[in-house]
Amino acid sequence: MSLLQTFRIAVRALLRNKMRSLLTMLGVVIGVGAVIAMVAIGEGAKARVEASFASMGANLLIILPGTSTSGGAHGGFGSQPTLTWADLRAIRAECSAVRRAAAALRANAQVISDEQNWTTSITGTSPDYFSIRAWSVARGVQFTDTDVEGGAKVVSLGQTVVEKLFGASADPIGQTVRIKGVPFVVVSVLAKKGQSPTGQDYDDAVFIPQTTYMAKIQGGMAQYLAGVIFVGANSADDTARAQRQITGLLRDRHRIALGVDDDFSVRNLTEMASAQQEGTKTLTTLLASIAAVSLLVGGIGIMNIMLVSVTERTREIGLRMAVGARPQDILAQFLVEALTLSVAGGVIGVGLGLLAASRLAAQFGWPTLVQPDIIGIAVGFSALVGVVFGAYPARKASQLDPIEALRYE
Amino acid sequence: MAAPLLEVQNLVKTYHMGDMEVQALRGVSLSIEEGGFVAIMGSSGSGKSTLMNILGCLDRPTSGRYLLAGDDVSTLDKAELATVRNRLIGFVFQSFNLLTRTSAQENVELPLLYANVPARERAARAREALERVGLGDRMDHHPSQLSGGQQQRVAIARALVTKPRLILADEPTGNLDSKTTIEIIALFQALVRDGITVAIVTHEPEVAEFASRVIVVRDGLVQSDARQEPRPAHLPAKEAAP
Repeated sequence: MSLLQTFRIAVRALLRNKMRSLLTMLGVVIGVGAVIAMVAIGEGAKARVEASFASMGANLLIILPGTSTSGGAHGGFGSQPTLTWADLRAIRAECSAVRRAAAALRANAQVISDEQNWTTSITGTSPDYFSIRAWSVARGVQFTDTDVEGGAKVVSLGQTVVEKLFGASADPIGQTVRIKGVPFVVVSVLAKKGQSPTGQDYDDAVFIPQTTYMAKIQGGMAQYLAGVIFVGANSADDTARAQRQITGLLRDRHRIALGVDDDFSVRNLTEMASAQQEGTKTLTTLLASIAAVSLLVGGIGIMNIMLVSVTERTREIGLRMAVGARPQDILAQFLVEALTLSVAGGVIGVGLGLLAASRLAAQFGWPTLVQPDIIGIAVGFSALVGVVFGAYPARKASQLDPIEALRYE
Repeated sequence: MAAPLLEVQNLVKTYHMGDMEVQALRGVSLSIEEGGFVAIMGSSGSGKSTLMNILGCLDRPTSGRYLLAGDDVSTLDKAELATVRNRLIGFVFQSFNLLTRTSAQENVELPLLYANVPARERAARAREALERVGLGDRMDHHPSQLSGGQQQRVAIARALVTKPRLILADEPTGNLDSKTTIEIIALFQALVRDGITVAIVTHEPEVAEFASRVIVVRDGLVQSDARQEPRPAHLPAKEAAP
């Protein structure tokens, strides 16, 4: 008998018990739906982590100045300036794994336009900083190394600051803003960068040349670098090597004896990113395996109903055999029935899973991401469930003795 | 006399029930010629059902030979027996065994499904068979919408549709009233006239009277085998018209 004909018979048999078929399918529907929704959420979380780390900058390391100990109180990293401008120059010159390095001196201050004011983060830095962080300019021209050397009173604004001071659609290039009473000319507006992994708004910041920052915002302490150093390694693989080189160089320069703690800290953000990704991957796997268990339960439901169906239709099986159905015809018929149930359940499950994912995304603002291949895997897996759990009842049916089966009451 | 359609030699069938061995058939030999109308009689436990199952290729003998249309079918496996049943044998049962919630036409088409007959030809042959049994106007009816006699006629159409050489009927009139019994027997006699061999198992002597040969089975052996002039089945007037 042709496969199409077998499929027709299977569909008719299933339609004869619509409610039962529907309920049997429900197990697989829920299983597949749950897998799709869970994986969509997991993949969405992973994609968000990836995107936020990518927005921090590629192959990024951050050097924080040292810990302080005064009167028995231990200060954290950054509580005391231990990095110097000479350290920065040495890192640039001597660490082969380092492509770029830039200081970032940061303070909060009020920025005033003609009409508005906004308190935001002021960072003094050099043009390399924007390269390291892969942060392009949306409008105007970024300030240059010449501006840094000359201590030019120019400023680059983040998108959020532009909105607050000038309005969303305004072009602030060439306008003047005041920071701590000093007028700065807006030379550029940075591209929108979004949120940091911790939810902080990257775009709520302004940038000025580090020399200007030291002269006008910070004041004094010219020898020490009162901030952090952003380092861009040559490549993702080079971040660990860059970390070792910088640590060695700075311990040398700061004359730290063996066995004594560093007075600085090098943070490798690429490593942090991959650790975070591992975390979300684990989460996805966990969610998917819980969902897979429900798919298994759905499969057992199919087996249960198929066994009931074989028993109920014993006489029908006997009759089919008497009029010429071979054991393999009966086997195929019940297998195709189980397969039809499970695959139909799988397809409906995919639909519901996608719906659930988009609802969750809308309701809770979770990011969801549906990879096309997961849909294929889910449907394929539900087909597998049908074959695995349909095999035993189908075999049982095909092994029936036609005489016994015809006599069955 | 025509060549034998089926021939069994020294047929033995032994069942194992726990430690007990039960010999249902203890060496049956007989042959049935093409175009015969044979009644197989016997009380329950006589072995007539076992003989019927083996003749119908539903079961295999423990020993002995069974030649059906010239081929030895006593050693075939389940799948091969299914194919033989499909090609050569039509079954009619006491309890009709029609598929419920399935139209008469589709019930009749069923054996053709397993013979890989294309859909259009299946429908045409099913119609032909249903017209042959006088149910050309009931093709879309489900078994529940048909009387017992009509249901049995659908079953006979189903047995006919593959153009079998042999029709085996197991107590075909056991669930029918006497008037309907006559109708069904008349149908069988008409099939015999068309050259189909019909064997019916029955325990009613009145039914056996319509056959041209009566074989009585007792204790696993053929007790008697007699040829007779069959009594013609007279159809009621309205059924005789076509």
